[in-house]
Amino acid sequence: MNVVVCVKQIPDPAVPGALDADHTLKREGKLVLDESDSYGVEMALQLVDAAGGGEVTLVSMAPNNEVSGLRTALAMGAAKAVLVSDPACEGTDALGTAKVIAKCVERLGDTDLVLTATESTDGYTGTIPGQVAEILGWPALTFSKHVEIADGKAKVQRQTEAGYDVVEASLPAVVSVTAGVVEPRYPSFKGIMAAKNKPVDQVTASDLGLGDQVGWAGARQEITNVEPAPARQAGEKFEDDGTGFEKVVAFLEKLKVI
Amino acid sequence: MTLSKVWVFAETAGDKVTSATLELLTKARELGSTVEVVYAGDDATAVATQVGEYGATKVFHVDPAGALPGAVAGVAIAGLVSEHQPDAVLFVQSYDGRDALARLSVRLDVPVFTNGMSLSLAGDDVQFGTAIFGGTVNVDAKSKAGKPALVAIRPKSFAAEASGGGAAEVVEVGAVDAGRAAEAKVLERFEEEQTGPKLEEAAVVVSGGRGLGAAENYKPLVEELAKLLKGAFGASRAIVDAGWVPYALQVGQTGKTVKPKVYIAIGISGATQHLVGMKNSDNIIAINKDSEAPIFGVADLGIVGDAHKVVPALIEAIKAHG
Repeated sequence: MNVVVCVKQIPDPAVPGALDADHTLKREGKLVLDESDSYGVEMALQLVDAAGGGEVTLVSMAPNNEVSGLRTALAMGAAKAVLVSDPACEGTDALGTAKVIAKCVERLGDTDLVLTATESTDGYTGTIPGQVAEILGWPALTFSKHVEIADGKAKVQRQTEAGYDVVEASLPAVVSVTAGVVEPRYPSFKGIMAAKNKPVDQVTASDLGLGDQVGWAGARQEITNVEPAPARQAGEKFEDDGTGFEKVVAFLEKLKVI
Repeated sequence: MTLSKVWVFAETAGDKVTSATLELLTKARELGSTVEVVYAGDDATAVATQVGEYGATKVFHVDPAGALPGAVAGVAIAGLVSEHQPDAVLFVQSYDGRDALARLSVRLDVPVFTNGMSLSLAGDDVQFGTAIFGGTVNVDAKSKAGKPALVAIRPKSFAAEASGGGAAEVVEVGAVDAGRAAEAKVLERFEEEQTGPKLEEAAVVVSGGRGLGAAENYKPLVEELAKLLKGAFGASRAIVDAGWVPYALQVGQTGKTVKPKVYIAIGISGATQHLVGMKNSDNIIAINKDSEAPIFGVADLGIVGDAHKVVPALIEAIKAHG
């Protein structure tokens, strides 16, 4: 079974973000593998393993030929990667990104399953899995917290507000997985060394025939205003000397909660 | 200026239209002179009565026929748009809402605006507001892709206010050919038993994080305190990912947004992803060992201390309080 995993390389979430003059996210520093995507990579490796054959291919879009996040996923065990790196892609929105991913999947051919996170940590749009599925003409099993593949079908437990639904579709399909669906492995030293020589196919938006559908032009959005959000003022802070609970009781009394 | 027609994708929980849907209907009335609903599920008549009270005049009813409702609804809406010409279609930032929005945006080739927290009109254009970088920067944007504008809004962004209208007219859309999108069939549904108020609706929310130390401490510290205060209990992403509590309890960017009268954060450091989901609470109390934890930056009352000492004492004091 061949699985394509969409992985995003994002600025380190621990570093405060900033915007460029054109309102795109500054991506000057090193990019890292979005932690949300590590679950999809692990899930894909386990599914291919269980199927007894096939491979895991990564698809990513990133500026400046950035591959550090991809290498992390390759070191976990993915076989190869496709990287769309093109200045023309700057400012690409969710729909444009979905078009790029779908074209990459079509270009790879012979794919049984596309796995994604439910949303990225930096953009958190959450529509890309469904958009990729619609472009490919495939079913999408979204927000899955448990995935099984058998008899040419994917069966998942899909999160709902009240619990979960068991949902099934035949392959090929797109499946998005929640964080925590599996425990991602740490790359071994052998894996890290092997990852350095794994193939990364670098393509441009034009190679995919999407020259005019990506970037700011393709996004067809206009940022009308950017301003700091009104900051919430911190109130009083006390070191607990054994009576800290009394401060909380007094606060709750004042609010008439107790 | 107002728009002539705004559509809302309605969702239900049990036999009730969700509060997030009612919030969107209230906002839709302010933006457009006609408000109509698209609904994919059972019992459209009951839905028509409820959404009518919030100003909707029509319910376009789609039968998902056992498939995931969002996917089928997205395709159905794409088919209805050219005939009915809505200026905007509003979705809740929910599971089914995003499924529907995704399919619809591809069919219409119109970009999506997601995680919205405000909506307004700039001339004839729908202007959409969201927050980035953990809610520290507000960004407004509008579409240049023509109509309809496709927008998903986080729950609790607007207040829901009934307009007192009568039941909406149900319009049956009939069979929808959603192609392979309709192959995602719902085989079984499992509902986790829920006691007490819902996270998004509770006046008091008590949440726990890594600082609890271990999964078994969640119940005696967080659940117990929440129940005592007749509130709901929640969690940070860290302990959801660690498998201590179910995802349904997660508060934050990738979980639920809450806006209670009082939010009590126990052993939660306050990563930006968590702050997005709770910082609009009226009052915030934080209990955490690390005096430098970012949660203290938003807390009205901060107790720098060990949750295992402060919380049991607090529980006893509230019990004694009667």
